[in-house]
Amino acid sequence: MSDRLPDGLRELLRTAAGAGSGPWHQLLRPGDWLLLLVSAALVAVSYPLLWRGGVADRAIVKRDGQLVTELALNVPRRFEVEGAIGTTVIEVQPGRARVLSDPGPRQYCVQQGWLTRVNAVAICAPNHVTLQLGGRGGANAGYDSINY
Amino acid sequence: MTADDRRVARYAAAAIALSVAEAALPSPLPGVKPGLANIIVLVVLARHGWRDAAWVSLLRVLAGSLAIGQFLAPGFFLALAGAVCSLAVLALAQALPLRWFGPVTASVLAAFAHIGGQLLLARAWLVPHDGVFFLLPLFATAALVFGTINGLIAARLLALPRESAPS
Repeated sequence: MSDRLPDGLRELLRTAAGAGSGPWHQLLRPGDWLLLLVSAALVAVSYPLLWRGGVADRAIVKRDGQLVTELALNVPRRFEVEGAIGTTVIEVQPGRARVLSDPGPRQYCVQQGWLTRVNAVAICAPNHVTLQLGGRGGANAGYDSINY
Repeated sequence: MTADDRRVARYAAAAIALSVAEAALPSPLPGVKPGLANIIVLVVLARHGWRDAAWVSLLRVLAGSLAIGQFLAPGFFLALAGAVCSLAVLALAQALPLRWFGPVTASVLAAFAHIGGQLLLARAWLVPHDGVFFLLPLFATAALVFGTINGLIAARLLALPRESAPS
């Protein structure tokens, strides 16, 4: 049976069965170590670089796509917007914002809770009101919570 | 049919068997796979040069996708893009001095090129949004881990005494 297997596979099975000897690290040459170290460092750096959300510093409130106001995220306050079917109340606290109440029937934007990341967005569609966080973006500046 | 063709076919058969076996493994994230068939490509590269390795790699993508019913599906094109990029990087890596750089370097570089090619194709064609690069750290981690393991296995295999000359 074994002589009917392709060369590479037979050798691989022999290796798996423990043929060959010596510790694994002897198979690495100096340049291999160097490459592994550099690669590991680059991979480690890629996490904060690509996964940094950026710092949210303002809440952007829009009605019918038109800017209503921008609220700084450093002082707690409430803001009321008149929408198509009633009043939407936005609540801001340091570093975060949410839709506190909305006349919409399904309350999706209220149940979304606190928004903390840059470009996170809560949409109160029935009332034509959106709340989005803005800020100095990191590498993710182009993303919002619709896309991700 | 020359002896060269037979040798390439035998290695390609081994690579296809590995990629079919691997397709049965569950994966935590689509696209994260050990890439065991690349062990064969690395061995062929070290023993018979880049041309044979390219044949084995591309035959593997083609026949492997036929065997698991992925031919001309998106996964096939992603695998092809990965294989082409890997082969390009392996061609460049041939210039590295053998005294300092072994199969592990080739394997890790090829693994990074593989995910690079796949992500670029995915960005250009399947997910036309920069959001795909959000996954880059995960793919890069997998490439580093599996690239190292595959390279070590290939190095060990190459260090074995040859049992017989290929027919």
